[in-house]
Amino acid sequence: MNRPEDSFDHAELGRDPARTDGTAPEDRTDDVDDLARTNGLAAHLAAGPRADRAELDRLVAAAIARADADDLVDVAWTVTDTPIGPLTLSATPVGVVRIAFGDEDDVLDELATQVSPRVVHLPSRLDDLRRQLDEYFAGRRDRFEVPLDKRLVKGFRARALEALAAHVGYGQTASYREVAELVGNPGATRAVGTAMATNPIPIVVPCHRVVRSGGALGNYGGGPEIKAWLLRLEGASILL
Amino acid sequence: MALSLVVKLPPFQVLLDEHAADLHRFLVAAVGPHDGADCFQETVVAALRAYPSLRNADNLRGWLFTIAHRKVIDLARRNARHAVPVADPPEAGHEDRDASGDDDLWAAVRRLPPKQRSAVVQRFLLDRPYAEVAATLGCSEDAARQNVRAGLQRLREEVPA
Repeated sequence: MNRPEDSFDHAELGRDPARTDGTAPEDRTDDVDDLARTNGLAAHLAAGPRADRAELDRLVAAAIARADADDLVDVAWTVTDTPIGPLTLSATPVGVVRIAFGDEDDVLDELATQVSPRVVHLPSRLDDLRRQLDEYFAGRRDRFEVPLDKRLVKGFRARALEALAAHVGYGQTASYREVAELVGNPGATRAVGTAMATNPIPIVVPCHRVVRSGGALGNYGGGPEIKAWLLRLEGASILL
Repeated sequence: MALSLVVKLPPFQVLLDEHAADLHRFLVAAVGPHDGADCFQETVVAALRAYPSLRNADNLRGWLFTIAHRKVIDLARRNARHAVPVADPPEAGHEDRDASGDDDLWAAVRRLPPKQRSAVVQRFLLDRPYAEVAATLGCSEDAARQNVRAGLQRLREEVPA
């Protein structure tokens, strides 16, 4: 073993190899730091390389691109601005996994727990979705054509969202009861309500089109105003 | 249940937001802007690769610095293997000029053995306590202190105040 960078430790460490508990005598702590303070080295060193924010952002993005090429980005996210406010978009390598209203960090915490802690800012994976959302909000798109990763929803809720997406098109609405009937369980209106309320991919999976019998809006994850706004955008007839 | 052993890890993005700037500073200080940029990217990729299998989320900053320190050591070994003796050192500190306040001093820092260099930079540029420097270097606190002391002595010899 001839590792020059270690030679110092082997030479000097032998003096006190057992001390690992951090109880070094005070005078020795001061000794080493004071050596640097008194001759100005500490101040010089503390003023060393400054981080350039733009350069750092560029390096982080390049590192993430490299990691993505090695299939290490389990969840890519970005925030996009829309007429209904910021949306946090996220996708796995399979497809879009979550769209959240707002730009809060909570949704990244949820994704870290529910999908994978490898959650990083990688806007390029969401370029298609972002473009299609722009077109949708401009009234130039009536359906979304992006792959979806539906892992966050299972069982009855998944079936209710599938039925909604398959049968309730742009500009249409359905009641909670009608969706329950589509799933083959007409009594399950409350469960349909829960399925819509916990839809992980709103807008793309159009839970805003499900309203109360008689046409009243009902609740919405992004708030009833946004639900009304989306239905108006689509030209659906709604009470209000 | 095995589930009870699963650690709750924050989104990797949080680690980048909180520590990327200091990791970058550390690496640029230790190996210069050009190699620092490479080491930084390697550190991020290596960390992301290992992240889901971490067993302990108590000291993620320390864990990242340990990875970055290893990149400094790896680079020093690579350079030592490929080193060709030259009569005149090529413009020492040339590429360092844009990123550091004091060319002579930082050129001297980068001539220190990597462990001393890493220890000195962590202690004085980033103000990390000796316990954390020791954890990063994988040695005792005394050894970390000795690395800093030896590094400082050499800097004082090479760069007279």
